[in-house]
Amino acid sequence: MKTIGYIIQKEFKQIFRNKGMLPIIFILPLLQLVILSNAATFEIKNIKFSYIDNDHTSTSRALIEAFNASRYFNVTADFPTEKLASEAMLRGEIDVVLEVPQYFERELLKDKHTSLGVTINAIDGAAAGVENVYINQIIQRFNKKVQVELMNPSDKINRPQSITTIPSFWYNETLNYKTYMVPGILVLLVTMITLFLSGMNIVREKEIGTLEQINVTPIKKSQFIIGKLFPFWVIGMTILTIGLIIAKIIFDVPMLGSFWLLYLYTSIYILVVLGIGLFISNFTDTQQQAMFIAWFFVVIFILMSGLFTPIESMPKWAQSLTEFNPIKYFVEVMRMVMLKGSNFTDILPQLLKTLLYAVVMNGLAVWSYKKTN
Amino acid sequence: MMHIENVIVVKDLTKMFGDFTAVNTITFKVKKGEIFGFLGANGAGKTTAMKMLIGISNPTSGEANVAGFDVFTNAEDIKKNIGYMSQKFALYDDLTVKENITFFGGIYGLSRKKIKEKTKKLIEDLGLQEVSNQLVGSLPLGWKQKISFSVSLLHEPKIVFLDEPTGGVDPITRRQFWEMIYQTANNGTTIFVTTHYMDEAEYCDRVSIMVDGKIEALDTPKNLKKQFDVESMNDVFLKLARG
Amino acid sequence: MKRFVAFIRKEFYHIFRDKRSLFILFGMPIAQIMLFGFAITNEINNVDIAILDHSKDVTTKEIINKISASKYFSINQFLEREDDIESAFKKGKIKAVLNFEKDFSKNLIKEGNATIQIITDATDPNTANTISNYTNSILQKYQQELNKDIKISYQIVPQVRMVYNAELKSVFMFVPGVMTIILMLVSAMMTSISITREKELGTMEILLVSPLKPFQVIIGKVVPYIFLSIINAIVIIILSIFIFKMPVQGSLLLLGAESVLFIITSLSLGILISTMSATQQSAMMISLMGLMLPVIILSGFIFPISSMPTPLQVISNVIPAKWFIIILKAIMLKGVGITFIWKETLILIGMTVFFIGLSVKKYKIRLE
Repeated sequence: MKTIGYIIQKEFKQIFRNKGMLPIIFILPLLQLVILSNAATFEIKNIKFSYIDNDHTSTSRALIEAFNASRYFNVTADFPTEKLASEAMLRGEIDVVLEVPQYFERELLKDKHTSLGVTINAIDGAAAGVENVYINQIIQRFNKKVQVELMNPSDKINRPQSITTIPSFWYNETLNYKTYMVPGILVLLVTMITLFLSGMNIVREKEIGTLEQINVTPIKKSQFIIGKLFPFWVIGMTILTIGLIIAKIIFDVPMLGSFWLLYLYTSIYILVVLGIGLFISNFTDTQQQAMFIAWFFVVIFILMSGLFTPIESMPKWAQSLTEFNPIKYFVEVMRMVMLKGSNFTDILPQLLKTLLYAVVMNGLAVWSYKKTN
Repeated sequence: MMHIENVIVVKDLTKMFGDFTAVNTITFKVKKGEIFGFLGANGAGKTTAMKMLIGISNPTSGEANVAGFDVFTNAEDIKKNIGYMSQKFALYDDLTVKENITFFGGIYGLSRKKIKEKTKKLIEDLGLQEVSNQLVGSLPLGWKQKISFSVSLLHEPKIVFLDEPTGGVDPITRRQFWEMIYQTANNGTTIFVTTHYMDEAEYCDRVSIMVDGKIEALDTPKNLKKQFDVESMNDVFLKLARG
Repeated sequence: MKRFVAFIRKEFYHIFRDKRSLFILFGMPIAQIMLFGFAITNEINNVDIAILDHSKDVTTKEIINKISASKYFSINQFLEREDDIESAFKKGKIKAVLNFEKDFSKNLIKEGNATIQIITDATDPNTANTISNYTNSILQKYQQELNKDIKISYQIVPQVRMVYNAELKSVFMFVPGVMTIILMLVSAMMTSISITREKELGTMEILLVSPLKPFQVIIGKVVPYIFLSIINAIVIIILSIFIFKMPVQGSLLLLGAESVLFIITSLSLGILISTMSATQQSAMMISLMGLMLPVIILSGFIFPISSMPTPLQVISNVIPAKWFIIILKAIMLKGVGITFIWKETLILIGMTVFFIGLSVKKYKIRLE
């Protein structure tokens, strides 16, 4: 027990004496949390909108005005021909072109078939879909206005049946993306720091030769490993705490559930990450190798965590793979506890899976650490 | 007749890496209190052999007993009774002299009181009062070497293993270092030292010379020089190496 | 010159003898692009939803069937009471609840209007919005069917054309992004580590004492990685084309040239990082911690830049990845030539020059 104390003491001394690393460990993640949470949004707005008005009537102008008034669209240009509009889209200057055909107003008043040309840059398929929805909404609203003005009371005999949908967004009425992203980004930062630090740490001692020196002492494997990982566990929990404070103060992210539940889960989660880092460092000889492998897993874990794209959208085989992704569970738990106020029983499945992961991972790590080769 | 205790007993010890035999059936004994030199050219297999004796490398075959414990089955017990100074003087550059001592002392299970005593003595003996709170990384190589040696003795082990302890240091410092070794040996500690400096062989009680994994010579320096009819250990080695 | 070549040869040896790192340098991009190309998508499929039907009549059953038949949704539960909604959401399995009012059919026929509440779990606002929109369009279609015999006057019908990606495949959006991220991170990381490694081991001083000029040392360190990254880029492009059916509407040559440019930009960023770090550890941490998330989030890879707050849009201009993604999409999906992307290309060149210039300056300072 005392031996572990000596190792912990040494590790902390080394960490805090490393002046170059301290800002990277503490300031960089939190800075990223503050800045990047503001950027991560799927909301579609400021859509670069342009039009070709071949009609030049009050109706066409009213239609264009409807788009101008919308907060989703920025009317940035108008073009005399389709060719010029296409070129602008190729250059990336505009993403939507609305083409109003000649005689638009005339045909509409005569209750003839009228059409509008809409061209959407669909490279970002999801965004294009949303833009399509917004465009249709604006056109339909405009259409309804026109119908009300033009229709006679006698036309109302055949009244269409309509279904009214009332959207209701729970836990996040304003569809605030920050509420969604901040806990997730915090998870990523805590994970990256603890994984990289733990992965590099033991390899570093291998590289400079002190690991050999320690292997010649009678110290037990478990003592050594616990002593080494404990400081990083503390660092992880510290960053989590500061991050939560930032989330509340700067982003006003709600905290409906229990803090203690979150801490309980995170303390187990960090063990998983540390175990992975340790395991990696047992099989590599240089810090470079350790970092590459850690990087490999981190990028995969991050992009497949459900943070940026939903897990439900992935093909079944990918979804099964995410069962092995610890970040996925953390993201789920963070959101459930913070934003929905889920309790212990609600997160029990994730908690148990993470606990199992921690036991297996650390067991493997300890077992694969050989004092004698 | 005085009972001479053998603290290291090695018989047919072998280490193979795949097809390559690094250590080939070496056999020897080391007496208590001896300064035993384990010589050989770079790559002859000295370090590999030593790693087996200190319990961080598993032998492929053969037998070895260190401080009364078997290297195959009781490696951890061996470690309690030996000290080790690695080629790289493995101290932590980003810890101070005192902190390094405290750390290694603690790892060996010394009590707080003991550590304090030892620290005081070590600093006095080596004259490090000025730098005791300086980071080891900022000290010259010669000092690191002496500190590393002293650290390996903190827990008063029966045997201390030194792997190329004088690499890269000037001759005066080397002499001083060997004086430290003599003192330690006088106190009853057995010294097992590897080196490729043949002149240091003169300082040892007995030496063995490894060539390509095998022990080609094992005796006192005086006897070896007579055997090969040369003036210095350096010449002994040249004769052996040439074939 | 011969010395320089010998130096480069040594660098190649270093790399190729480190089998583990080599495996990762080549294997990982392949594994990652395969994974992401298939797994990362914004499209929703089989989202678990629940139904709370207060009417349970013919119309509601028809609507529920339509929803169930849609590939977007999978009906997981039928709730009985309003109170059940909360616990269902808390458990986290279902993402939305469709709440049909009482007397649905009756209201539809008598009043001409009936209401459905689309309740979504908006802790994930994106999915919530998408679910809302999709449900809406299914209901719209159903509404049109109800009214198909009624002539609606004064209809404006928009003809919508999706260009560059008619099928709205999310692969087109993500593959350029994944390519960029991988190239950038690998290049920046590799160089920064390689150079600081020499610093740490002390062999850098040996190099500096040699007749090689400092800038030759740096260039020499970087050259092998250029080759490695080019091979990586080629592999990734081939995979994108053949496995993900990414088109290359534009010129392959231009694509190659721009890729080489971007690789050099990333490598020079790595060099800059190495001048700022004394140890491998800090070089790696800066490359990974400092680059990874900002590049993923601010490059336009997943989140549209135009939706970000203005200060962040400005910051995103500093990230080389952003410009390269624009170039990639332009060449592969829009099929444009250099005339349409000269601005972005120039920016990348400018960044490269800036990174290298700054590195040389810092390097000189350190030597003095």
